Amino acid sequence: MMTFEYAPAPESTAIVKIKSEYGLFINGKFVPAKGGKTFTTINPATEETLTKVAFAAPSDVDKAVAAARTAYSKVWSKMPAAERGKYLFRIARILQERAREFAVLETMDNGKPIRETRDIDIPLAAAHFFYHAGWADKLEHAGVGSSPKPHGVVGQVIPWNFPLLMLSWKIAPALATGNTVVLKPAETTPLTALLFAEVCQQADLPAGVVNIVTGDGSTGSAIVNHPDIDKIAFTGSTAVGKGIARAIAGTKKSATLELGGKGANIVFQDAPIDETVEGIISGIFFNQGHVCCAGSRLLVQENIQDELLEKLKRRISQIRVGNPLDKNTDLGAINSAAQLAKIHELSQSGDLEGAERWSLQCDLPGKGFWFPPTIFTGVTQAHRIAQEEIFGPVLSVLTFRTPQEAIEKANNTPFGLSAGIWTDKGSRILWTAKHLKAGVIWANTFNKFDPASPFGGYKESGWGREGGRHGLAAYLKGNH
Amino acid sequence: MHLIDGSASSIKSFLKTLSPVDQVGAEARAAMLGTRSIKTSSKSWAIDMAISMIDLTTLEGADTAGKVKAICNKAVRPDPSDPTVPHVGAICVYNDMVEIARKQLDAAGGHEIPVAAVSTAFPSGRASLEVKERDTKDAIAHGATEIDMVIDRGAFLSGDLEKVFSEIQFIKSICGDRAHLKVILETGELVTLDNVRKASYLAMAAGADFIKTSTGKVTPAATAPVVLVMLEAVRDWYAMTGVKIGVKPAGGIRTTKDAIKQLVLVNETAGPEWLNPQLFRIGASALLNDLLMQRMKLRDGHYASPNYVTLD
Amino acid sequence: MRIDVKKTYKLYIGGAFPRSESGRSYEITNAKGVFIANPAQASRKDLRDAVVAARSAFGGWSGATAFNRGQILYRAAEIMEGRAAQFVDEIVAIEGITPSAAKNQVQEAIDTWVWYSGWCDKIGSIYGSTNQVSGAFYNFTIPEPVGVVGAFAPQKSSLLGLVQTIAPIIAAGNTVVAIASQKLPLPAITLAEVLATSDLPGGVVNILTGITAELAPWMGSHMDVDAVDASGLTAAQDKELRIAGSENLKRVSTFKSELSPQRLLAFMEQKTVWHPIGL
Repeated sequence: MMTFEYAPAPESTAIVKIKSEYGLFINGKFVPAKGGKTFTTINPATEETLTKVAFAAPSDVDKAVAAARTAYSKVWSKMPAAERGKYLFRIARILQERAREFAVLETMDNGKPIRETRDIDIPLAAAHFFYHAGWADKLEHAGVGSSPKPHGVVGQVIPWNFPLLMLSWKIAPALATGNTVVLKPAETTPLTALLFAEVCQQADLPAGVVNIVTGDGSTGSAIVNHPDIDKIAFTGSTAVGKGIARAIAGTKKSATLELGGKGANIVFQDAPIDETVEGIISGIFFNQGHVCCAGSRLLVQENIQDELLEKLKRRISQIRVGNPLDKNTDLGAINSAAQLAKIHELSQSGDLEGAERWSLQCDLPGKGFWFPPTIFTGVTQAHRIAQEEIFGPVLSVLTFRTPQEAIEKANNTPFGLSAGIWTDKGSRILWTAKHLKAGVIWANTFNKFDPASPFGGYKESGWGREGGRHGLAAYLKGNH
Repeated sequence: MHLIDGSASSIKSFLKTLSPVDQVGAEARAAMLGTRSIKTSSKSWAIDMAISMIDLTTLEGADTAGKVKAICNKAVRPDPSDPTVPHVGAICVYNDMVEIARKQLDAAGGHEIPVAAVSTAFPSGRASLEVKERDTKDAIAHGATEIDMVIDRGAFLSGDLEKVFSEIQFIKSICGDRAHLKVILETGELVTLDNVRKASYLAMAAGADFIKTSTGKVTPAATAPVVLVMLEAVRDWYAMTGVKIGVKPAGGIRTTKDAIKQLVLVNETAGPEWLNPQLFRIGASALLNDLLMQRMKLRDGHYASPNYVTLD
Repeated sequence: MRIDVKKTYKLYIGGAFPRSESGRSYEITNAKGVFIANPAQASRKDLRDAVVAARSAFGGWSGATAFNRGQILYRAAEIMEGRAAQFVDEIVAIEGITPSAAKNQVQEAIDTWVWYSGWCDKIGSIYGSTNQVSGAFYNFTIPEPVGVVGAFAPQKSSLLGLVQTIAPIIAAGNTVVAIASQKLPLPAITLAEVLATSDLPGGVVNILTGITAELAPWMGSHMDVDAVDASGLTAAQDKELRIAGSENLKRVSTFKSELSPQRLLAFMEQKTVWHPIGL
């Protein structure tokens, strides 16, 4: 029997010029942190060090906030809205022009496959800027009053799972609505944010409108607690999100929080089976499962469980795990040793608590952080792996008998970010969607994102929405 | 395999058991497989495999003995300057050209290359059963060992599935063990992927050895989502029955890139067991020269020119 | 002394620049009465061909994503910005205004493209709705482009009026047959050159130059034109057009010079869909 081996097809890294060291981006320039303190960032697929970036101390955060405040009061709030929008159009265009460079850099810093950065992360990031550019001079239609105003200076803290995309989800609406920004990228993935700072320079964005401060949790804390920041936008873990909610209580600050999830992917017996398998695969293995809205719980109608699992396992055996820079790689590296340890710990709990583990048998590279695509069957709500967010390529499979039971199980979680519905029947899609307590529901599809589509969660998955008309509201004050 | 006893009601109830196809999802899966990057050694392998799978085709009203002889020579020796190029999978002609084709193939040393004849009032299928019977018998009598029949799309679209089924069974019985039967669904006229799935199963249950997308006379023809659904059908049929049915996309596959995408679809849908000319064929004409030019580029390290591949 | 190469001003139909099938042209002089050019004088057959081109382009344009439409309108702004000087010269010559006033007009025209570019993918969020009907039904209303729109650009503006007319029509997903200002037609064709190089598919915008009074009745009576922007017509012409247009109930609107989402909605239909919610 002939086998069709795919020869290595590596994307070249020559397009990226990583500097030996990066400063903080404050007031339009790169400057060293206080005391010249730095930390390193590595490529999680190889563990090689990529570069050193500055470590922002609270006094550096002060400088950044001051720059943002000055830019806001002297330049940004005085600029006609249409002109503000044009800067965002410029940024969008430059992101499109430098798309390949960003894609390669993101893959090197994050560990995710080049196919995903090239086809999803980077184009969506550019689209977010493009979409929000068009809102800048149309804010009277946002649904926040006839003459809404920005908050002023916004502090933004983003995670490591979609570094550039999360940056665009934060900065684009903030700027479009007239705010200025101090943003901290995640400590394991600072590089595309720093390259984005160069884009701001190329776009001639007025100094201080966007400030990028790299650091760790203490830097984030300094931002959250800063007295001259008017609003916080955070995407990350629920635990930190709760901490932010506590920290801002009693202050004038408002916050939007986009936190964790344990999304239920509900498969009814009449689902279009082949596309459903693709949707389940995408739901949990896209981005190595490092997705807040991952379909990490498969809720399959019990009478089709065997058939579905057989097709799922066959499909999983086609997943190509390996070098993220190879254009044929489907599943890349886990972002850090710490995250890998968490995935292992929770998976072991699955074994200990009596669920049945099945993993793809594949060769994993010697260096780097790797976990094979894995499914646990025989999972029930009482298992930790049905309750806690694993944030890795691990699917928990549960069953249900009736639609009502599917709803009860799907909603039986403190989270409420996303859900999937797979069925051929329209009215059932609408009924199920109506009863699900989730902010984003995908029917007969999964992991679809668009700047025009509001995203965010119910319950402990967070506060507020990002994207669409609804996502603007958080960045504006109405006249009420 | 008695999934269907041939009666209208058994056909209807069988087809009802098939899972629906979500068009957007199927298109997305096909598109994602189209992003596979096939380079260097895999590309050489794929090019040679694609060449060996081609049903080199001429189906024109203006076909003459001269034209048919020319493509037969090309089929045996696609590149006269390079004997390492494999021969193609088959020749495909109208049934009144079968005898000429068989003779010329043999004269050129291509004894193992079969002649496939289109049949059953190709391409429209609009004729009496007697005409279709005669069409098929003539072809086999003159040396065709493969018959590419068309289904009655009018009957399919108007719900007379029994007629579609029984015609395929009938033509299969004429073929017997002298010829293998490819059943052309003409997916461009069926339009929906649900119809493609239903027609695929109908054809397989009625005895098809191969299911084929198109006559090549209608666009769209062998689009990636259509071929995906057909490959899923043969994959699942094998799981149900233990029988492997072949797939032949035809029409619109003009470049090496197109051909390689087809092979990737096969590889990641039905599986590597289908990656041979016994179970996968590509109906094409201009594709061969593009494959040869790409082959030259890989061999020589620079871009090729049409001057260096023979017209026919 | 170098002799310059003068531009020939033809029509813009289906992405190409044909002369009028009638072979006619008419004289345009500058504000001082000096000859500038002989732009094509469009006939009813040119209008007929333009409507065919617009209809043929409608499926693709309305079926493109709103994001894609927005990108193309923004591209038109980019190309126009690069050719601003050429437009300024043309406007100065034909309108007899100062370069500074002409420059303002050009910049406003460019910003009009940018403004409407940002509307394409927001119309649904703002003007569509889900409607809280009684009963177990999901009910939503979506705005959709009406189809082929005829447009008579304001007579007194050589460029800005035309851009303010065309941009919202196509931002909403329609295709357009636009009749330029009769006396000030030249920048309209230069605009067509911008559109022809902005990734705009042929037939989405068609621009005809010629005699308004001659073309208006044929637009008004054309049964395959769905709507008309009659801003460039006199009151009498407008009335005639509405009478003729009542044969296929054309949606006819006129506008003052303005940027407004109403110029999008005037050329959109609202489709409401019901679907049961149940098991």
